[in-house]
Amino acid sequence: MKAAIVLFPGSNREGDAARALRQAGAQTAVVWHADHDLPAGTDLVVLPGGFSYGDYLRCGAIAGRAHIMDAVRRHAAAGGYVLGICNGFQILCESGLLPGVLMRNRDLRFICKRQHLRVERNDTAFTRAYAPHQAIDVAIAHGEGNYEALEETIRKLEGEGLVAFRYCDARGQVGEAFNPNGSTNHIAGIYSEKHNVLGMMPHPENLIDPLVGGIDGRGLFESLIRAA
Amino acid sequence: MKARVTVTLKTGVLDPQGKAIEGALHSLGVEGVSSVRQGKVFDIEVEASDAATAKVALAAASEKLLANMVIEDYRVEIL
Repeated sequence: MKAAIVLFPGSNREGDAARALRQAGAQTAVVWHADHDLPAGTDLVVLPGGFSYGDYLRCGAIAGRAHIMDAVRRHAAAGGYVLGICNGFQILCESGLLPGVLMRNRDLRFICKRQHLRVERNDTAFTRAYAPHQAIDVAIAHGEGNYEALEETIRKLEGEGLVAFRYCDARGQVGEAFNPNGSTNHIAGIYSEKHNVLGMMPHPENLIDPLVGGIDGRGLFESLIRAA
Repeated sequence: MKARVTVTLKTGVLDPQGKAIEGALHSLGVEGVSSVRQGKVFDIEVEASDAATAKVALAAASEKLLANMVIEDYRVEIL
């Protein structure tokens, strides 16, 4: 598995993403946003978390229009895997690779905490290592994670099984009380139509080492290794 | 020529920042404020042969970058 991690000015989680991928057995390369091409043989593109372009204009708006995103679009159109984490999810939405938008959190606060997610389906390249509806313990750190989309888009996401993760409690219960940011239908991550592009606000790469108190994030990277 | 692009949230899109500003205005005792919606203003210098051409270019700028058409509307004015 060859993974290319795209670095934008203001990205800051590329090192953690690379560490999680290498731990699972991937080879990683870092690609600069102004490049026009991905390294030959790239299986997976990762758009890491951070604050690309200082969140100027809208989170992910300027990065979503960077040169390298044309190459990412071609990669996705050819069925290649793309994973956008946190700011990477915002970039995927702004670039048109995923529908909808990440709005300010309901309570206007930046939220940084551990958060459980319910794995909505475990038959995709990103989630095979998890059990169906498993509640995984990962982390969130965002100010704009409140997923909103047109009603027809939400209907399509729900109807076609494109919701990847929902915010939940430790037992996997979904509800307003466990939704940190006001996201529609408690959505924490979504897939593209072919399930080869995943955007998610939470950080699986934070929870890959027992040293920090949990390893539930490993499953996502291990799933990808099995898929490639 | 000088132009101004105003980007505002579409009707119906929740605006928690606008709500917070509205609350702050109430707590300051400003009377008569029933609703606040926050938006963005871009003052742009544009080189174009006439206003119509400039408007076309700025509409493209708005739809490609300045506004997120899922949640925002834009208005172009030549000043």
